Amino acid sequence: MSKTIVLKKGLDLPITGCAEKRLSKTLLSEVTAVQPGDFKGLLPRLLVKEGDKVLAGSAVLSDKKNPDILVTSPVSGTVKEIVRGEKRKLLAVLIQTDPDQQYADFGAKSVAALSAEDVKSALLASGLWPWLVQRPYGILADPAATPKAIFVSAFNSTPGAADADFAFAGEIAAIQTGIDALAKIAEVHVSFNAKTYDASPLVKLNATKHFFEGKCPAGNVGVQISHISPIKKDETVWTISLQGLAAIGKLFLKGRYDVRRLVAVSGPMAIQPAYVSALPGTPMTELKAFYSTNEDIVRVVSGDVLTGKAVGTEGYLGYFDNTVTLIKEGTEKEPFGWAMPLRLKQFSTDHTYFSWLMPWRKYDMDTNLHGGPRAFVMNDAYYAKVLPMDIYPLYLIKACLAGDIEKMEQFGIYEVLPEDLAVCEFVDPSKNYIQDIIAKGIDLMLKEMA
Amino acid sequence: MNKIFEKGGKLYWLHSTIDAFETFLAVPGTVAKKGAHVRDAVDLKRIMIIAVISAVPAAIFGMWNVGFQHSLATGIDLNVWQEFWYGFWKVLPLFVVSYVVGLFIEFASSQIRGEEVNEGYLVSGFFIPLIVPVDVPLWMLAVAVAFAVIFGKEVFGGTGMNIWNPALLTRAFLFFSYPSKMSGSETWIHLGGAETVDGFSGATPLALTAENGFDGLVNATVQYGTDFWTMFWGGIPGSVGETSVIAILLGAAILLWTGVASWKIMVSEVVGLLCVAGLANLTGLSDIPCWYQLVMGGFAFGAVFMATDPVTSAQTETGKWIYGFFVGAMCAVIRLFNPGYAEGMMLAILLGNTFAPLIDYCVTSAHTRKRNKIAKA
Repeated sequence: MSKTIVLKKGLDLPITGCAEKRLSKTLLSEVTAVQPGDFKGLLPRLLVKEGDKVLAGSAVLSDKKNPDILVTSPVSGTVKEIVRGEKRKLLAVLIQTDPDQQYADFGAKSVAALSAEDVKSALLASGLWPWLVQRPYGILADPAATPKAIFVSAFNSTPGAADADFAFAGEIAAIQTGIDALAKIAEVHVSFNAKTYDASPLVKLNATKHFFEGKCPAGNVGVQISHISPIKKDETVWTISLQGLAAIGKLFLKGRYDVRRLVAVSGPMAIQPAYVSALPGTPMTELKAFYSTNEDIVRVVSGDVLTGKAVGTEGYLGYFDNTVTLIKEGTEKEPFGWAMPLRLKQFSTDHTYFSWLMPWRKYDMDTNLHGGPRAFVMNDAYYAKVLPMDIYPLYLIKACLAGDIEKMEQFGIYEVLPEDLAVCEFVDPSKNYIQDIIAKGIDLMLKEMA
Repeated sequence: MNKIFEKGGKLYWLHSTIDAFETFLAVPGTVAKKGAHVRDAVDLKRIMIIAVISAVPAAIFGMWNVGFQHSLATGIDLNVWQEFWYGFWKVLPLFVVSYVVGLFIEFASSQIRGEEVNEGYLVSGFFIPLIVPVDVPLWMLAVAVAFAVIFGKEVFGGTGMNIWNPALLTRAFLFFSYPSKMSGSETWIHLGGAETVDGFSGATPLALTAENGFDGLVNATVQYGTDFWTMFWGGIPGSVGETSVIAILLGAAILLWTGVASWKIMVSEVVGLLCVAGLANLTGLSDIPCWYQLVMGGFAFGAVFMATDPVTSAQTETGKWIYGFFVGAMCAVIRLFNPGYAEGMMLAILLGNTFAPLIDYCVTSAHTRKRNKIAKA
């Protein structure tokens, strides 16, 4: 076992409602959605019309800039509706699901015999290409590029998020095949949680391994990259999740496009939180059993509590998500909240409260901001103590606010995605939307660099 | 909030004010719209109120000390409660003026910017009465507060954007505009027109050393004690809240326990002061033992409450060490080498505030250079 990288900075949110490690049910919904908004950097071109028949793996969308990049249907069925928003922006393609699933046949292949180009074209044709995320900026990977390396995080450090050891225990062979396939393109680095590694089923994987120990966000692949091999200007690396590796593995093993996954349904509002087996685009109404008694006060989040997207009860499971978080909308006022000496029901990492003295406690957190928006008052160190990267977070945030490209470069915009500063956003007493600020900074970089 | 206070409503001009009172009484039911769906319970109100609470011991002691000094100077016998009560009524108007003028401007500026009222002035407004002489005329204080809040803070965009500490800027404005009310030996003790005792002196210990060196302090025939421990517990004339190191240390304990202020800044300030004052001792430039500098004048109050302001101090951890050392060292330099004026802490901190962005610039640039070097290797 190579050396463990210990990260001292970070914060584990003591939130209740962690999903119990059992499969509660397997879902196949009547309607499944394909949402172009799930793919950062995709300019969608619609390839189907209402009434078309599709198989699991049939192309639904392509990218206007690079028509080789396809988004395919996770299910077989009939295109039911094309949902458009303002200015006819394409929001979703709804597919009426067949009761018996039919898969497009991509042909099982032995990975050992394939070249890098073969792997790339297989991924493009099957619609698995979007699983590859290119850094800097976290966009769709460019098929023409050769990345420096491909990074994978084999654990999730956000409390409440799906536990990799449980969710992928049955997918080891597929994940290994996925790693072997991508290794044709570039070296694959997999980072493990040093604390749980020995007991993990993932121990069997064969790749360039790294070991991390630390609090959230130690499981973020961006944090791991910054400690393994920081991204420099003009460098490109790719990242992929275990879920993506498993899907790639199944493509080569079985010749099928199969993106079914175990989804952790968790959060303080979840009734008997547990795992379900589901496909991306599954309507949240399928999960009603988990929030039926709290329907009017629940926020349904596709993704984890720090970085997920609030999709509402009418929304759909995001393409890359394997966590659904159910959390209470904190719309109630709290009389004299900030002035109460103890305020024991609320969690704060700040020492002006006392919850840091009671690390064993868990809290029913809700979505209340606990304050009003203000200019940044606390200094850089306040944010840096929860960011295990060698950057000055507040300087980066302010550079993004100012739209100063040079400063953004200086303070590490190449190394971060909004998710990496999610914990900074959590602790911010000025209640700024830090992830949004970083996302806008990245958008500006993309525009200026194009 | 009632509709008439919303945008387009008749009383929209009161929006920020009403919002400030409403959120003062209850944490609002606003939810996180994007990004992290849960947030830490802490907000600026909590952090600011801790800063205010930490200065309460110094304020209470300061009120009592106003009565105590009055009693010493006039020979009128008062018990502890009478002394406190006497001082309370002398200091209260300072608080009222500071808060009324400052908050009025703060509320109006927030409304103009269309923002919620920042809690920052709750702290500045509490500190201002503690760093001025008790006898400062109220109208002067009002003018100074208005100047500091408008030109020191609001023109930059409000709390969080300011370069200089607004409380100290108030003091600096008073000092340069009305020096006769801010220095010398007639401003520190409230006499109220009463006769003084024999051998009365209104000079602070720091002023005594500035005039006649260390001998001037130990041999002084004044009505209050001039030994180290008297200055440590604080029964000496001075600005309202600055005299008692014990009360200030109590505040420092609260600030450090809660992490509101940086221990790095406090420690490096003490080190900076002792280095320069100690060096002056060794070279014979000054005969005042360097540890006396810690308990005289405004050093302790400034080091704990003023220089640690998270907005105007250095932002980076390395920068804090440099910044603190600079402030402490400058304080000693001004005290020892400035013939006109005994105190140096106010100017040292304002200078520190001025240079803090430069210090941070150097620290972050060095960090970038180091990273680029690693990246190239």
